[in-house]
Amino acid sequence: MENKSLVSINDYTKEEYQKILDLAEEFEVRTTQKILENYVVATLFFEPSTRTRLSFESAASRLGAKVIGFTDSASTSVKKGESLKDTILTVSKYSDIIVMRHPREGSAKYASEVSPVPIINAGDGSNQHPTQTLLDLYSIRKTQGSLDNKEVAFVGDLKFGRTVHSLVIALCSFNTTFHLVSPVELKLPSYVKKHIKESNLTYYQYTDLSDVIPKVDILYMTRIQRERFSDPIEYEKVKNSYILKNNMLNNSKDNLKILHPLPRVNEITEDVDSNPKAYYFQQAQNGVYVRQALLTTILGAK
Amino acid sequence: MKNIPRKELKVSAIENGTVIDHIPSENVFQVVKMLNLKNIGSQITVGINLESKKFGKKGILKVSDIYFEIEEINKIALVAPSATLIEIKDYEVISKKNISIPNEIMKFVKCFNPNCITNHENITTKFNVIKEEGEEVKLHCTYCDKITKKENITFI
Ligand SMILES: [Zn+2]
Repeated sequence: MENKSLVSINDYTKEEYQKILDLAEEFEVRTTQKILENYVVATLFFEPSTRTRLSFESAASRLGAKVIGFTDSASTSVKKGESLKDTILTVSKYSDIIVMRHPREGSAKYASEVSPVPIINAGDGSNQHPTQTLLDLYSIRKTQGSLDNKEVAFVGDLKFGRTVHSLVIALCSFNTTFHLVSPVELKLPSYVKKHIKESNLTYYQYTDLSDVIPKVDILYMTRIQRERFSDPIEYEKVKNSYILKNNMLNNSKDNLKILHPLPRVNEITEDVDSNPKAYYFQQAQNGVYVRQALLTTILGAK
Repeated sequence: MKNIPRKELKVSAIENGTVIDHIPSENVFQVVKMLNLKNIGSQITVGINLESKKFGKKGILKVSDIYFEIEEINKIALVAPSATLIEIKDYEVISKKNISIPNEIMKFVKCFNPNCITNHENITTKFNVIKEEGEEVKLHCTYCDKITKKENITFI
């Protein structure tokens, strides 16, 4: 994995993700370790994503690395018409690794082809966001003891949520049973279901959230956006059906944990936050450990 | 020469080189472009809307003094799936091959995804060709991971 870009979650084998997760555990125990003091990490955010950028910058800072970059392409030479290739080639002269977020699909793959330094994809359009998948896997493994044989429910927008697609595909290596809860219009796309079938695993589809809660170890919530519906009346009909409230958790398993990629709008009510089964803020925190593990592994410092 | 059937005279015979037969007439110029024939300097004869028993109307290209690698010629399979490659030496046919769709297509095809990076930067497109039993071929963009179906294929 040393010196190798991370563009897609499929770039890593099951054993490789496990290695990253093991290392992330070490960083959770001892977060501040100045092992990247001689390195410069560039964070190039061609579109804003404050949460992801801060998480990477926090990871790099806790390892002692210097961070350079931009937070929005509006303020850079990109706006003046510089090609992505030129931006990457230039920044690679100033840094040892580039973390990038870009609105176009395939941009990170292309950057990894032209860049002399490794690239970490922090989201390319609606395509891939592999560090989110790694932190989701970390959160499941940490709270459930292992990744194997879990009952996992995905709730909300399963059609457009790339976070969901990548995580479902990654979990196909761990004998997961999938419970898919969504409005009919926002069902999981067939190419993702195909992965489940080809792995000889089972999935169940539901339109009602309450049925599924008692069955599962992980409840992965996502936001349903109005603009995803072709018919606004459809949105009005379903918008309140996928909101998780604390009293719905009464019959849930003791080991249940609730995950959410954040930001949340109203799909988890605030009374859930104090329930020990709510795990979404720790999940975000885990992102820092996972990104520390990635930076050090790719830079060959650990 | 007088014994050559009338049909053959529609496009003159070549002494040495390659004949690409059974090209759909409307795609002949796309094939010329894909094989970069404009720039090779050889004598080229183009036939369009010729009669064909199998296809009704067909196109044909006769390229003097040039022999193609089958891998190179295979890329035209997207626009001329039933084309035949005929190699000629001293007016004799020395080989006849059917072309087949390659596993990978570089350049020529545009990714159907408007938000794909290849549609916004100067990048050579690259697709894996997906061939499934009983289905039209599909192109999987190696950059954005999206699929371009046969009916959505546009050439660059
Ligand atoms: Zn593409």
